[in-house]
Amino acid sequence: MSDDSTPTPASHWPRVQLHIVTGKGGTGKSTVAAALALALASKGKHVLLCEVEGRQGIAQLFDVPPLPYEERRIAQGPGDGGDVYALAIDAESAMLEYLALYYRLGNRTGRALDRFGVIDFATTIAPGLRDVLLTGKLYEAVERNSRNKNARVYDAVVLDAPPTGRIAQFLNVNGEFGDLARVGMVKGQTERVMGLLKSRRTAVHLVTVLEDMPVQETVDGISDLRAHGMRVGGVVVNMTRPKSLDDQAREAALSGALPRDAIEADLQKVGIDVTPELVDGLVEEARAHAERRALEDEQRRRIDALDVPTYELQRLADGIDLGGLYELAAELREQGMA
Amino acid sequence: MSKTARFGPLAARLGECPELDVDALIDDPGTHVIVCTGSGGVGKTTTSAALALRAAERGRHVVVLTIDPARRLAQSMGIEKLDNVPRPVPGVDGAQGGSLDAMMLDMKRTFDEVVESQANPDKAAAILGNPFYVTLSSSFAGTQEYMAMEKLGQLRQDARKTGRWDLIIVDTPPARSALDFLDAPERLSGFLDGRFIRLLLAPAKGPARLMTAGFGAVTNTMAKIVGAQVLKDLQMFVAAFDTLFGGFRNRAQQTYQLLQTKETAFLVVAAPEADALREAAYFVERLDADDMPLAGLVVNRATSALDGLSAEQALAAAERLQSGRDAATTAGLLRLHADRMRRVARESKMRERFQAAHPHVPTVVVPALSTDVHDLDGLRTVGDLLAG
Repeated sequence: MSDDSTPTPASHWPRVQLHIVTGKGGTGKSTVAAALALALASKGKHVLLCEVEGRQGIAQLFDVPPLPYEERRIAQGPGDGGDVYALAIDAESAMLEYLALYYRLGNRTGRALDRFGVIDFATTIAPGLRDVLLTGKLYEAVERNSRNKNARVYDAVVLDAPPTGRIAQFLNVNGEFGDLARVGMVKGQTERVMGLLKSRRTAVHLVTVLEDMPVQETVDGISDLRAHGMRVGGVVVNMTRPKSLDDQAREAALSGALPRDAIEADLQKVGIDVTPELVDGLVEEARAHAERRALEDEQRRRIDALDVPTYELQRLADGIDLGGLYELAAELREQGMA
Repeated sequence: MSKTARFGPLAARLGECPELDVDALIDDPGTHVIVCTGSGGVGKTTTSAALALRAAERGRHVVVLTIDPARRLAQSMGIEKLDNVPRPVPGVDGAQGGSLDAMMLDMKRTFDEVVESQANPDKAAAILGNPFYVTLSSSFAGTQEYMAMEKLGQLRQDARKTGRWDLIIVDTPPARSALDFLDAPERLSGFLDGRFIRLLLAPAKGPARLMTAGFGAVTNTMAKIVGAQVLKDLQMFVAAFDTLFGGFRNRAQQTYQLLQTKETAFLVVAAPEADALREAAYFVERLDADDMPLAGLVVNRATSALDGLSAEQALAAAERLQSGRDAATTAGLLRLHADRMRRVARESKMRERFQAAHPHVPTVVVPALSTDVHDLDGLRTVGDLLAG
């Protein structure tokens, strides 16, 4: 964990207000989104952390009760420090809010729509409408300003976004839905949302682990995003193996050339009961580790070739709890992501 | 069953959990369908492929339906082309008289084929070109699950008719929740059968007439928001699709019933992580509550470590060595070992918690491999590990 004497580099993304965090399932994108929100807040910012997939992942990470469609404070720094609010956006609530806001539809019409199953229907099947509503709510949170009385204003919004395979489609709301709705009021709205998503105020970060498929999806995701004119942020390489062995030792481990006698002597020196099985076991663990690290290095080279800023988070042996989240947040801040 | 209530023994102590005997499962001639399910990123695809290969090399006639295999694995199984047709996997050892075919699910194509087989050519063309159909068939949450079920139903029918296969192994889509696979048909048919659709179809007939006054306001609002063309597309889609509804629901129900019979076995796949085991627990409970045939739990990618040196001992020793010179490698080995031991401890604690809540679930723990699986030999290794 960092302390206050650790120098904090300037953020690579000083003007970004909307951080979109995506990644393949199982790579830890929700964890990284939460850690990024904490890292930004630790610099005194007011941050909104959003999720859109109805998984209640934020509540689980922070160990708080399930989040409603309402901004709730879930973390606050000491003194006048920053804070993190959280919001679980669902399309149905966003649609009702949207109708009330833009069309001044009273509760009665809203209820009628609901009664006829229109809300459910519209948000599940109308091509891309669901995504329009979800990104529309994000847009509202980012563009919110002091003109809105009583509205909380955020310095940054972090989104725990849909997975990499779906991200370009999710963000390209103007494409799919805009094509369908050539007229209608939603058209204007989607254009404004696209304006924000394609601007320098938005960055899409991709989370991966150093395995073949997630890295492949990251590579594909980046070219997809670029093809749609979105700005790619950084790549967060998550859950890397510990680096306890240097290159030479790993090479020796792979070729079976670790100095068993020296290892045995070292172990005896510090009072460990040395058995042949123990040395065998340690050497075998080292070999498996070196083999995995070699695969990781191969994948890391593919990531380096992407030529985007990368951040690396080591796998925590004890898993992710609140303390672990703080640790990852400090790590991201020190590496300049926040 | 209520979707929120938990289902379990209510009071339990930690006991020994039964071991899952994978070979007994795949050798049992009464097993005709194995469904591998679990949350994303836990190795479902690899597990189902490994199981299929093992079953084939032990003499079964197997077809495996995969959803999204890694490119190299797909290549080595000869299914890199997404063409919805099962093809023989090259390099399978047929000495025991078995065979293995594999296919990759093309969700949109499966849906298109169902439409084409159920509607006359004109109607089919109208449906396939409608923007609402395009969304429904390519990105509606649940379509992939639904189509996996549809394909499973087709394969089972084929198998019965031709005798080409006696075991179908299905990998399930990387859903947000493993339950989606079971709920998708219900969700889709419930949705297509919904009130709004019925109203769009027959705004002035039957009991719907009572509601049409309010409904006019609703369609007007919709037209204002999304434009009249969208509504027109929607009405066209619903009208064209109407004739297919019954067929869809029947097929979904048949497949669901197939899943409830004794010839089916569910394998829940998880990684020893909190999220994955939570999903596995939900799924196991759902199967129990619905009386569905659960074969067991596969815990993939488990950490293993040598016995006889605790994490604390290893770390303390590494620290003492650090002060001396030239012992960096030994200290590194000890730190690596300590990291492993901590992971082992955390994982086994999580597994114990799962067992306490689900004591009857036969389980097999598959140790993590240090290399990726991308060929048949890799699958054979995984198969050996699965069989314990």
